[in-house]
Amino acid sequence: MFKLVENRNEKGEQLSIVFCQTVSELMNDDEKLVFIDSDLASPSGSSLIEKAHPDRFINVGIAEANMVGVASGLSIEGFKPFIHSFAPFASRRVFDQIYLSGAYAKTTINVYGSDPGFAVGPNGGTHTSFEDVALYRTIPNAIIVDPADVTQLKCAVRQAASEEGIKYIRINRKAVRNVYEPGSKFVFGKGTVVKEGSDVLVITSGQILSDALDAAEELETKGVSVEVLDMYTIKPLDVDLILSEVEGKKAVVTFENHSIIGGLGSAVAEVLAENNVNVLFKRHGVTDRFGQVGTADFLQVEYNLTSKDLVKTIESLL
Amino acid sequence: MNEIKNLKLLAAKIRLDVLEMLMHRGYGHLGGSMSIVELFAVLYGKHLNVDPKNPNKEDRDMVVLSKGHAGPAWYSALAEMGYFPKEVLLTLNDGGTILPSHPDRNLTPGVDATTGSLGQGTSIAAGIATGQKFKGKNAYTYLIVGDGELNEGQCWEAFMYISQKKLNNCIVIIDDNKRQLDGYTKDIINHYDLKTKMESFGFKTVRVDGSDVKAIDSAITELKAVKDQAVCIVLDTIKGQGIKYFEDMFSNHSVKFNNESINQAADEAVEKLKAYIAKEEA
Ligand SMILES: Cc1ncc(C[n+]2csc(CCOP(=O)(O)OP(=O)(O)O)c2C)c(N)n1
Ligand SMILES: [Mg+2]
Repeated sequence: MFKLVENRNEKGEQLSIVFCQTVSELMNDDEKLVFIDSDLASPSGSSLIEKAHPDRFINVGIAEANMVGVASGLSIEGFKPFIHSFAPFASRRVFDQIYLSGAYAKTTINVYGSDPGFAVGPNGGTHTSFEDVALYRTIPNAIIVDPADVTQLKCAVRQAASEEGIKYIRINRKAVRNVYEPGSKFVFGKGTVVKEGSDVLVITSGQILSDALDAAEELETKGVSVEVLDMYTIKPLDVDLILSEVEGKKAVVTFENHSIIGGLGSAVAEVLAENNVNVLFKRHGVTDRFGQVGTADFLQVEYNLTSKDLVKTIESLL
Repeated sequence: MNEIKNLKLLAAKIRLDVLEMLMHRGYGHLGGSMSIVELFAVLYGKHLNVDPKNPNKEDRDMVVLSKGHAGPAWYSALAEMGYFPKEVLLTLNDGGTILPSHPDRNLTPGVDATTGSLGQGTSIAAGIATGQKFKGKNAYTYLIVGDGELNEGQCWEAFMYISQKKLNNCIVIIDDNKRQLDGYTKDIINHYDLKTKMESFGFKTVRVDGSDVKAIDSAITELKAVKDQAVCIVLDTIKGQGIKYFEDMFSNHSVKFNNESINQAADEAVEKLKAYIAKEEA
């Protein structure tokens, strides 16, 4: 159940604040929720949690592996921790701890990974994650959420707080364009057809959903009908929706703020191949490259992740 | 005496470059860059066996800036030494620049280790120092690590290794500026007395005033002479060092030049540094 905003050019509130505000509100009613940050409480927005709930806020310092272990221990004690670091440190840096102390041990850890992909901006190559989704996809039962905007992020945080297991939520800390009206509802494992279309199916997630919708509108004026599917959780993947929506399409394009190796594009490719779907297919995303420094806008262009780039890919397929 | 004057002058130039590049960019890691300005002046002004015209010289000393976010201080020192033209400093963080926010050995002449993910530089320095010994080189590796960065367990893995292998050519320098990103280290993860701690890890350790080029110089000279033991300098510094306004600013890790009071303080600091440099050079 969803409703699209009228003005898709308007940005919502800063996502970091939305994330932490939502957690803080949930903490008012749920004394099992705990928030842990790793010397990034001011960038992540979690200083507001520290202020509101000083007794259940922990700053472990610059020690991400320790943070995951502490979260695991708190989960064993019945608490439900949220943890934060920049996306590469909340994935690559702590992979084994998340894998073993988290998933394998069946503890509950909600991971907030900030500034994935081009959202990293001037923090540059060392702080870039084009592979966080790929890593989490290999962890049994982990849930990967790539919210598109404020409304979807609020749903993600609420559902994460209410369920057991490992959840990885990747968001830009800054404000991004609105897609959904407040009150729209999303659940893990279910994608959404945001825009209907008959020629091409675009499957995407995260903040570039807005760019995909721009591309679809532009192509519409050129006589190409594009359907846009928002894959809110990359794991679990909404396989049924992919298979039903691919029916009758000439081409399928995945569009991701991530490497095309191991992320949404790979996940969709696996579904298409294993179900003998014979359709033109292209993964549009970061092509086996490292990150680099620059503004987020520069990086979005540099890694071909703008709506114009998507238009080109679709046109070249048809 | 002249030598000390020159090191102070170099420090002023590096400090001015850092300030000007961050002001030009409009934001940047000011606090942790300023606290190691004097250190870089002493390293590049006196101790390092390097050649800016031949950055890959075979027997050179190496610098590993494990607290990579302080790149602007390093870039300024490199520019002052002539590794690249000073104008390049203003390209910090631009798309396509050779000066990214965090040091990259594949982009910047004079940079030998890629850092920015805190903790990792400590082990890289240990490896470089091991390689220098394997090759029988008479070269040093200077490892610069943040006090907040010490929260990372990897630092202590590296220190145990450096000590066990008696890598006396790896000069470990801890920038004890007492603050990390979210505030004071003592309020986040207290590292207690670093000199005692490092001594208990087997390091010969000296503690010096990190704003005093003469003291830094003596400490380095003393530790370079040590044989058969790991060595460490605990650099007693202030985050934002050298500019009172920024020293006093609580959140000076990353400063945005976006309000009048900050900009005015920065302008005044620029003028003061320029006047000092002009006077010394006259
Ligand atoms: C692995 C990792 N985690 C987090 C960060 C983000 N970060 C950059 S600087 C910093 C604080 C560093 O404090 P300190 O080492 O004391 O440096 P200084 O005070 O000299 O700036 C943090 C948390 C990072 N760069 N790498
Ligand atoms: Mg510090």
